[in-house]
Amino acid sequence: MQQIFNFVIRNKTFLLFLLLFGISMALTIQSHSYHRSQFIHSANGITGGVYGTLNSVGQYFDLKDKNQILAEENKRLRERLFNLSSDSDSSYVDTTYSREAYRVIKAEVFKNSYSLTNNYLTINKGKNDSLKQDFGVFTSNGIVGIIDKVSKNYARVLSILNKNSRINARIKKTNHSGSLKWDGKSPVFVQLDDVSTFAPVKVGDTIVTGGQSAIFPRGINIGTIDSFETDIGGDTYKIQVKLFNDMTNIGTVYILENLDRTEIKFLENTTDD
Amino acid sequence: MTNATAPNIIRFILLLVVQIAICNNINFFGYINPYIYIIFILLFPINDNNNNNRLFILLLSFLLGILVDMFSDSGGVHAAASVCLAYARPVMLKASFGMLYEHQSLKFSNIDTGNLITYVTLGTVLHHLVLFSLEIFNISGILLIFKKTLFSSIFTIILSVLIIILFSRKRK
Repeated sequence: MQQIFNFVIRNKTFLLFLLLFGISMALTIQSHSYHRSQFIHSANGITGGVYGTLNSVGQYFDLKDKNQILAEENKRLRERLFNLSSDSDSSYVDTTYSREAYRVIKAEVFKNSYSLTNNYLTINKGKNDSLKQDFGVFTSNGIVGIIDKVSKNYARVLSILNKNSRINARIKKTNHSGSLKWDGKSPVFVQLDDVSTFAPVKVGDTIVTGGQSAIFPRGINIGTIDSFETDIGGDTYKIQVKLFNDMTNIGTVYILENLDRTEIKFLENTTDD
Repeated sequence: MTNATAPNIIRFILLLVVQIAICNNINFFGYINPYIYIIFILLFPINDNNNNNRLFILLLSFLLGILVDMFSDSGGVHAAASVCLAYARPVMLKASFGMLYEHQSLKFSNIDTGNLITYVTLGTVLHHLVLFSLEIFNISGILLIFKKTLFSSIFTIILSVLIIILFSRKRK
């Protein structure tokens, strides 16, 4: 017993180092698996509050860009409004909004990262605005990510620039779908995997969300095909997708709530058994 | 110890705020960020012969790292890297200051700039290597780890040395 105490006292620096290093390693490993990081994240009360203050200052620096984006969105909406009566091919509008299956909430981005390998955004809406996990987040240009942590007034968004992110996407012209991942290299490109080689893929084609999950409806823009190659196996394509969104400059986002979500989930669970 | 407490608390808070408000958002060339908060760990006062001092600096580094982690949503990578740096600090002090450190007459307020650069370089490279290894956490990304370590280290070393020289009062 005496010897054990002596050993502990003699090596206390090293033991404390091991303990602290072990804790941080545990937190790191935890953060690498989706939905698991418990309390070290930027959507809690303190960090969210600090980012709120910083954001109120930082907003002024990119007002010009924001105005530009808003003006473009206005233009697009206005065009849509004028074309609405003559628009016969309105499958996008029909399936998503006319039945009121979705509710859209606007939020401000308080913190956005894009240079790490696992990136998150913090937004200023939370439980109080009836946000929940797994709501989709997008801007006027395209998708941004999926809500992953919610506190009272803030929420953390798992960016598409995150190695844990998997989003169902498809080529707009055909219906071939695959899963959208990120390889951690450039914030401009994401990768679309598992697209069958039967699909007629052309550089410049548009990639949109696939609508096979309850998070995003069909047909929200993602990006265009920049280049593609066949996988090692030879039966699927690996496609480089150039994002429509400038992920380095995101100010206002829209959050999409699927009102049929519980119904879909219920249905999926019953068929599982 | 008591007269060094207040400046160190101020340094801790100031470096943390500067790190999360400014340095995390620089993104030079898309991914290069300086991590200047390690100045706190590098310049923590050396207390002669007191073993508790080492425990204290380990705990403080962990706290600083975990706070930076909280703000940058990175799990525990900054905490791990900081703790490593704090643990390896005596070795690096010995390597870069030699006799001066062994005779316990080392004061950070009057040191040679050359030695200071060696010391900061050693510390920064170690910290960044651990940081990016854990952040990428994949052996196939080893080139990315080295690339990020190299460029971020250069940025951090330049900034840290400038900040240390700029803010040390007793320099002629």
